[in-house]
Amino acid sequence: MKQVFKRPESLIDVPAHFCPGCHHGIIHRLVAEQIDQFGLRDKTIGVASVGCSVFMYDYFDVDVLESPHGRAAAVATGVKRSRPDNFVFTYQGDGDLAAIGTAEIIHCANRGENVTVIFVNNTVFGMTGGQMAPTTMPGQVTTTTPFGRDVATAGYPIKMTEILATLGGTAYAARVAVCTPKHLMKAKKVLKKAFQYQVEGRGFAFVEFLSSCPTNWKMDSIRANQRVIDEMIPYFPLGVYKDVAAAAEPESPADE
Amino acid sequence: MPDRKFVKGNEAIAMGAIEAGCRFYFGYPITPQNEIPEYMSAHLPGIGGTFIQAESEIASINMLLGAGATGARAMTSSSSPGISLKQEGISYMAGSQIPGVIVNMSRSGPGLGGISPSQGDYFQATRGGGHGDYRTIVLAPSTAQENYDLTMKAFDLADEYRNPVLILGDAMLGQIKEPVVLHPYQGKDYNRDWILTGCVGRRPRLIKSLYLSEGELTEHNWKLHQKYQSMKKDVMFEEFLLDDAKLIVTAFGSVARILKTSVKMARADKMQVGLFRPITLYPFPEAALRQISERVPSFLVVELSTGQMVEDVRLSVNDPTRVEFYGRPPGSIPSPNELLDEIKKAYEKLIGR
Repeated sequence: MKQVFKRPESLIDVPAHFCPGCHHGIIHRLVAEQIDQFGLRDKTIGVASVGCSVFMYDYFDVDVLESPHGRAAAVATGVKRSRPDNFVFTYQGDGDLAAIGTAEIIHCANRGENVTVIFVNNTVFGMTGGQMAPTTMPGQVTTTTPFGRDVATAGYPIKMTEILATLGGTAYAARVAVCTPKHLMKAKKVLKKAFQYQVEGRGFAFVEFLSSCPTNWKMDSIRANQRVIDEMIPYFPLGVYKDVAAAAEPESPADE
Repeated sequence: MPDRKFVKGNEAIAMGAIEAGCRFYFGYPITPQNEIPEYMSAHLPGIGGTFIQAESEIASINMLLGAGATGARAMTSSSSPGISLKQEGISYMAGSQIPGVIVNMSRSGPGLGGISPSQGDYFQATRGGGHGDYRTIVLAPSTAQENYDLTMKAFDLADEYRNPVLILGDAMLGQIKEPVVLHPYQGKDYNRDWILTGCVGRRPRLIKSLYLSEGELTEHNWKLHQKYQSMKKDVMFEEFLLDDAKLIVTAFGSVARILKTSVKMARADKMQVGLFRPITLYPFPEAALRQISERVPSFLVVELSTGQMVEDVRLSVNDPTRVEFYGRPPGSIPSPNELLDEIKKAYEKLIGR
């Protein structure tokens, strides 16, 4: 019988601790698949951030360094400059990257550090129990926006991919989703490109994943997946926002 | 002929670092330590090193954390307000047991304070500085030569203990210009079986400071504690004219240097005074002080602050009631004559004439 699907080699065979319906597990698998496909398992140094994402070292079978909250892009800079031949990636949530780590990610991108950043945006602080994130949608109820996010006082959801795409040092910036098989297949292609950029030494590559958080959204997984389509994608359009290699023929940003 | 160079204190630090094999420097401008990043930016690229002017002190210390985790010799430097910002990263480096050298050419505070010399960062340096129950090794040079020598030593200690090492100087030690004798670094090999290099031919490694499982963090903290205790074998101090001394003056860094002149003046004035200068502020030379205090019980502690190290001296000596203190807030540097007056006062009070 032909085997058509298996656990990636770079993913440790343990049960995941993530809540049912959470997209972290899917995104972990997609990243691990690319590590396998590029043959990078023993060349990779992962940088874990703070939040639900911190436990990536329980799942990825590679060297991992744990970063302080928000600082993963600075930590990855130190690692990559010291070990330019290693494959270095960070895995960060929106509370980490888009709030406390805004300065670090912007300057890491702007310096054109040759690292790959996996950004998981689920519009909420997951691990701490569902507080407002910079990416929380207008009107979204969280434990610190009990009446819904009021943009008049709490501002607007930050579009990190768009911001980073404006920077000279960014080589590749894209936003994807994994809420349907169709989205997932597209995400795979984007991720492959983001890996390729670092392998070829072409500079900073950034992939934002729109992710669900059924627990903190207080939804079942099906409804959470639907919310990604109905609420998140219209505000956070999917697509490749920067691709210096394909600059001659740019894709439409909102190609969804 | 020894290789003597007439350099600024800050440059001596940078030169010592490069001699010791430091090839990664991450920093952010702040007075009075700018000659360090400037020197590194000019000299590192030519020897295959990396200089990054980071977007913040926070980014600098985290770049140091990243480079340190790969086993690279790396350094950051700053001055007081910037060192406050680095405390988060220093705590993480201590918790994750990542070596690195952090230079504080301290200025005066609190807040933005001023750019004049101060020793007001003693508590922050010797008590950990950031959150959690940890210590960093703290070296306190008092000349440009020691800036050079102790910076080399700092890299060895950082690697030996897998711990951040602080060099605590001040504006005077950074800006002073004097001859420094250069000498080759005598390196050792340190255990590297923990660094991150990619898991070629071995199991993956993990460097972290998060311990959530039952009992794990307790064990981790005990392990760290034992390490901090073991650092005591590397305690360093200077004794000057202690043999027949009846009063011992104690100070560190730039103040100790001024005080040395005052001690000589006091000797000329027939007072039996000696100087005890801690060079490692952590580990503090408590055993040496206690031993001396059994023979000579009278002390005068002098600091360019309203009193921080004096607490450690009082905790170390046999009779804390015989420890006098003279301190002053930042703003002016005491002259040898002014400190001689303080020695006279303490001498009359504790010894009589």
